[in-house]
Amino acid sequence: MATVELKDVRKVYGGKVEAVKGVSIDIPDGQMCVLVGPSGCGKSTLLRMIAGLEEITDGTVSIGGQVVNTFGPAERDIAMVFQNYALYPHMKVYDNMAYGLRNRGTPKDEIDRRVREAAGILGLEDFLERKPRELSGGQRQRVAMGRAIVRKPKAFLFDEPLSNLDAKLRGQMRIEIKSLQRSLGVTSVYVTHDQVEAMTLADTLVVMNSGVAEQIDTPLAIYEKPASVFVAGFIGSPAMNLLAGEIAENGRGVKLVGGAYLKPRDTVLPEVGRSVLLGVRPEHLTLVSDANNADFQLKVTTVETLGADTLAHGHPVDGDPKSSELIVRLSGDVQVRHGDVLPLAIDAGKAHMFDAGTGKRI
Amino acid sequence: MSARVTFPNKILPYALILPQLVIVGIFFYWPASQALYQSVLREDPFGLRTTFVGLANFRHVLTQPSYINSLQTTAVFSIAVAFIAMSVALLLAVMADKVIKGKGFYRTMMIWPYAVAPAIAGMVWLFMFNPTMGTFAYMLRSAGYAWDPLLKGDQAMILIIAAAAWKQISYNFLFFVAGLQAIPKTLIEAAAIDGAGETKRFWTIVFPLLAPTTFFLLVINTTYAFFDTFGIIHAVTGGGPGKATETLVYKVYHDGFVNLILGDSAAQSVILMVMVIALTAIQFRYVEKKVHYG
Amino acid sequence: MADAASTKTRAEVFGRREQGGMLGISKSSRYVAHAILILGVLIVAFPIYYTFTASTHSLQTILRPPLPLTPGDHFFKNYYDAIFGGVGRIGGVSVDLLLFNTTVMALGIAVGKILISILSAFAIVFFRFPGRMLFFWLIFITLMLPVEVRILPTYKVMVDLNLIDTYAGLVLPLIASATATLLFRQFFMTIPGELLEAARVDGAGPWRFFKDILMPLSKTNIAALFVIMFIYGWTQYLWPLLVTNRNDMNTIVIALRKMISFADADTQWHLVMVTSILAILPPVLVVVFMQRWFVKGLVETEK
Repeated sequence: MATVELKDVRKVYGGKVEAVKGVSIDIPDGQMCVLVGPSGCGKSTLLRMIAGLEEITDGTVSIGGQVVNTFGPAERDIAMVFQNYALYPHMKVYDNMAYGLRNRGTPKDEIDRRVREAAGILGLEDFLERKPRELSGGQRQRVAMGRAIVRKPKAFLFDEPLSNLDAKLRGQMRIEIKSLQRSLGVTSVYVTHDQVEAMTLADTLVVMNSGVAEQIDTPLAIYEKPASVFVAGFIGSPAMNLLAGEIAENGRGVKLVGGAYLKPRDTVLPEVGRSVLLGVRPEHLTLVSDANNADFQLKVTTVETLGADTLAHGHPVDGDPKSSELIVRLSGDVQVRHGDVLPLAIDAGKAHMFDAGTGKRI
Repeated sequence: MSARVTFPNKILPYALILPQLVIVGIFFYWPASQALYQSVLREDPFGLRTTFVGLANFRHVLTQPSYINSLQTTAVFSIAVAFIAMSVALLLAVMADKVIKGKGFYRTMMIWPYAVAPAIAGMVWLFMFNPTMGTFAYMLRSAGYAWDPLLKGDQAMILIIAAAAWKQISYNFLFFVAGLQAIPKTLIEAAAIDGAGETKRFWTIVFPLLAPTTFFLLVINTTYAFFDTFGIIHAVTGGGPGKATETLVYKVYHDGFVNLILGDSAAQSVILMVMVIALTAIQFRYVEKKVHYG
Repeated sequence: MADAASTKTRAEVFGRREQGGMLGISKSSRYVAHAILILGVLIVAFPIYYTFTASTHSLQTILRPPLPLTPGDHFFKNYYDAIFGGVGRIGGVSVDLLLFNTTVMALGIAVGKILISILSAFAIVFFRFPGRMLFFWLIFITLMLPVEVRILPTYKVMVDLNLIDTYAGLVLPLIASATATLLFRQFFMTIPGELLEAARVDGAGPWRFFKDILMPLSKTNIAALFVIMFIYGWTQYLWPLLVTNRNDMNTIVIALRKMISFADADTQWHLVMVTSILAILPPVLVVVFMQRWFVKGLVETEK
């Protein structure tokens, strides 16, 4: 077990394409760090550089305080769980798990002990003599985990390990991975494009976009104080409403593109005239009974009934239907129909301001 | 993301590929380049002096009556072998596609001649048909037919065609069976519902859909008739009687190895090389097409 | 009950359809098909049966056509004479030595081709190095350079390297294989990159990956190629004809050719027949008993 530290890590392909543009992350011992971002943001490349599968163009990767840039994957003492599991198709489950230990010259009885121990943890005891193709998706996933566990490595690396499972199994495995990582206390780096996975698994969450770490913090902090428009839009489902406008005079709040005014409460506004993006999460808009307490009136255009929640899509009655479109999350028992006008209030202190030019939080 | 995952080693791959490159270099490229080189040279009869003669060897070869004869012989031989071997195989494959019982048995019985060396196939046929003691020669003669392939050119040709085609049936059979299996059965059923009888279905649906396989086999059979049948001819007729069965490949061997006419043999080699390149190109174009069809 | 019955009919229908027995094929036409197939089998098998029959008769019987259609009583004598006696026309070399030579050649070629091709494909697919594509093309183009188009110069190389009348001479020049290299390359490219990465994380270098993962996964391909290449090696004619002069270095096919003369009366036909059968048997057995791999190999190498 060890810390994992990245310092200004860069990756340039063929001297031209910069896939990772200087990322620094410190992962304390025993913690789980999740890299999340859209496909092509460089998160997998970063993980593969930690694994030693990809050369590091610039910067350093340290595991347990030691710079490992020049080490091969085997010398780094890490274990990896791959997206497609990468189980050796011709080997039994037992041999799949034992292979890495054998290559390290671990004594036979020690290998046997560790494989059986891992199989016990993962509930694979009955499948040790089977070949991967005789297993279900979830079982294969467990074998891939087992292969990582038996090695007792300094760090676990997960490369979108759940993306090939169906939704139900994914939820279940997510919990298993979390509790397993906790109980083993192994420092982990986990790559995913699924924000639910990211939020639930991470001790430290890294949101990546075009090769840059946009924000590194705890999941909750990122949810509550997204550092940029990108992070605000990426984390949270449905995504945060982002409305373009500029700060109006006379303390009237934000004048939206298209005409409507919005004044969030308990929010410090920047200087008058500045172009901003006003961000409000759908769940931070509340239906009020008294129209006088409302911050604005929403004209509903589409309704999605989810059961527990109801999502209403629409725009401020005096706003532009396109540029000021937003979503509200309402309780499932509220009856809303297309064409309704809803009086809405923005929860106190829950509005976010971003600079329209840089996209940074104000 | 990145293309193919590879090992980072820089020297090892050269060591891995070296054995093949050495063999290819020594036994393929060096001799082939020598053939090219010699095709533009002429040696005097005592091998003392060689002179550059440009395309003279080619002109000489291509105007030789014996070379023209050999071209014609090869054409007749190849067309006959390909046609017979393919039509017999197609007939048998279609029949095998119809039967329900005994498919596996028929396949096993059909494919094993593939393993018989062409030269042995030739010798076996010659043994059956040779004038002094071949049973079939005996029967033909008893029937009043003047059969002697050792003296009569056309009969020698018939004999080697029979032997060469016989050996190739198994190969064609396997590919036709696979081709037939690949035709969606629903198409044939649709044709049956449309009122097409068995024969009509074959010629209007099955045969056209089999065209890729047929074309592929045509190329393969031609290549086979050109090159792989050398053993049959060498073992059975030695190109004779006269020069009735002297194919291009046999002539290259004979002129170069027996008659030791270096320049001519090299020029013939180069001409053959061009033919192989053409055949290979056709074959690979076909493969590409097949990919497009899915 | 009704359900079970209908299920059964469906199964029958599907079963029949899979086997090709679809609507519109009458019973009688199926009988015709069987008849034609049996005729086909007879045509295909007869020459070899005839040869076998001849190999069990005495020379005198063979020389007085027509040959009886049933095996004679000289089976043991003829086979014993051929295998242990030595055949006069080919310098007294016995058939067991010929079989040995041919086996060495066929095995050498099959193993050699597979070995150097799998290594080349390994290098081409799993490494990146300058000249990679050039080397690939150099190997590929040899498809267009069969022995026949370079007979004399290749023979000269053999003489210069002292390879005439050696096993190395019989085997080495034939083990380059564009076909096998292409096949392995194609197969290797279907192996997911993650498998290689997993192996690297598990501490396997190129050699371990090759031995522990690539080779086991290539088993069926190797078996298929082996069958095809073994037959290729066994049935070679022009090459052994060129590089062997000594009778005791001949392959069985070449020796057979030397044993026959239609001009002379002293050809030992009964021994020729035995030798033919012995020359045919090993590759035929390989094809029949490794049929699955044979068919796979044939289909895949000709792509």
